[in-house]
Amino acid sequence: MNEALATTVSRAEIEDFLYHEADLLDSWRLDEWLGLLTDDATYYVPPNDKPDADARFTLFTIADDMVRLRERVIRLKDPNCHAEYPPSRTRRLIGNVRITGVEGDIISVAANFVVHRYRVNDLTRVFVGHYRYKLRRQGGRLKIAERRAILDAEELGLLGSVSFIL
Amino acid sequence: MNYQPSSDDFIVENPLAETFFVNREVFVSEDVLERERRAIFDRCWIYVGHASELKNPGDFKTRPVAGRPVIFCRDRDGEVRALINCCRHRGALVCREREGNARQFYCMYHGWTYHTDGRLKSVPGADAYGGAFDNAEMGLMPVPRLEHYRDFYFANFDRDAVDLATYLGGAKDYIDLVIDQSPSGKMQIIAGTQEYDIRANWKLLVENSVDDYHLISTHSTWLNYMRNSGVNVTPPKGELLPTRGFGRDLGNGHLTTDNPNYRGRPVARWISVYGEDAKADIEAMRNELVVRLGPTRAARVADTNRNLCIFPNLVINDGSSVTVRHFYPIAPDRMHVTAWALGPVEETEAQRARRLHAFLTFYGPGGFATPDDVAALEAAQLGFAAWREVRWSDLSRGMAKPGDQQLATDEGHLRVFWRKWNELMEARA
Repeated sequence: MNEALATTVSRAEIEDFLYHEADLLDSWRLDEWLGLLTDDATYYVPPNDKPDADARFTLFTIADDMVRLRERVIRLKDPNCHAEYPPSRTRRLIGNVRITGVEGDIISVAANFVVHRYRVNDLTRVFVGHYRYKLRRQGGRLKIAERRAILDAEELGLLGSVSFIL
Repeated sequence: MNYQPSSDDFIVENPLAETFFVNREVFVSEDVLERERRAIFDRCWIYVGHASELKNPGDFKTRPVAGRPVIFCRDRDGEVRALINCCRHRGALVCREREGNARQFYCMYHGWTYHTDGRLKSVPGADAYGGAFDNAEMGLMPVPRLEHYRDFYFANFDRDAVDLATYLGGAKDYIDLVIDQSPSGKMQIIAGTQEYDIRANWKLLVENSVDDYHLISTHSTWLNYMRNSGVNVTPPKGELLPTRGFGRDLGNGHLTTDNPNYRGRPVARWISVYGEDAKADIEAMRNELVVRLGPTRAARVADTNRNLCIFPNLVINDGSSVTVRHFYPIAPDRMHVTAWALGPVEETEAQRARRLHAFLTFYGPGGFATPDDVAALEAAQLGFAAWREVRWSDLSRGMAKPGDQQLATDEGHLRVFWRKWNELMEARA
């Protein structure tokens, strides 16, 4: 670990940051959520059968660069985003938060998640898995450089679409 | 005269009135589904997998085929097999992994062991069986018929079915068009599987996969994404879509759309979504097509999109990228979908990454379009709860026009599916 940086970041600070992010996503404050990301951020949901794969060689469920993430948020706010209109109600529980490494200005973080998702006319769908974050401190604030949501389910099956931000 | 029929038939076609109706009972009935299993899925050629998924001897994938557990594998001698994953002794699965490489298949219940070509290898305590017991008879059952067309493997559970090439008919030309993207004529399934359920009847996904009428209303957020990225997706005045395409009857219930491209193609039509850096590379790929295939065929490959449906449940969409997907009913109101990306084997790293990026602009459970298709199909299925009162789905678009003038926004190609479906269901009844 980079000792100098390690002393400037605590698990409590990371937890506060992740809980804040979860709150923004659960409240559909998606523009504010974009503000948590670096300008070159990426967001991945790997395929269930290749959770450790690289998106350059593997078909992912989601592999967004910042250009597409901004478009995704535009889409999610549009009433014609039929898969998310009316919007899902989600509630995410985040736990087992750990700082797994500090290298240069990148803080690697792992956390587990359970996201309950409720929709009109639909089943309750429960997304379980873990996050892998790469965070960077910019101007004194933590920002997300990479966000990877890895599902434990063997296949999406009745989870259906990953049409909200997981 | 009433516009809608009064009938209990599944399909009511009236050429004079220029109408075509489907009885919504076919989307909700357990009885219809059971008849479909016997009349359609047990008699048609059903997609199993692609040869590229089995690179080395011993490689296997387990997956359901027409409801049966199947091991799709390459045996130790290199031959592709589809073995029913069911021990001859007491029926347990002999392979319980999703994929891997096997020296043999071992039944963990009583320890019977099979070679990768299905032959029975050993039975613990074999001396307890009578003299009639014969290892040669007791191998894993292969699917009754297994054939391939250009590496796409299909099974048939009807021993008397016509051969695959005859069955595919005019669909072969459209498979060829997909494969012609590859300089060596070799395509591969790319790692990463999208497997998800849709809470809707399986036939709705056949319709949806080839129905261009829904594009503007269902996929306006995808069109916005393209527009925001600098792609011209505005339909000319009086048109429903940016380009005018057709729906085609390929015989035997197979059908396709055939559209002039506007949405970009990894091979080989640049759009701004790919970035300026990609321009020269895509131009070079296009030149390769022209040299190899001639200008006419090259334009056919590079400048048209085709959503191909091979009856009953395989769809190859050659659009924003190439997806191979098939689906099977779990219940009248639920299907399981499996989808992959397909690409030329010789793609460079940058070309492959571009293909996968383009795939996710539109397709799949996290794409900008497929989730809205799923929402539409599930909304339809919920509506069908009122099938007794609101009985008829209307597929009459284009009924007034001859077959060769059916637009992709008409429903002539959807009727191709329904006529074949009805023929098989009636033959069985």
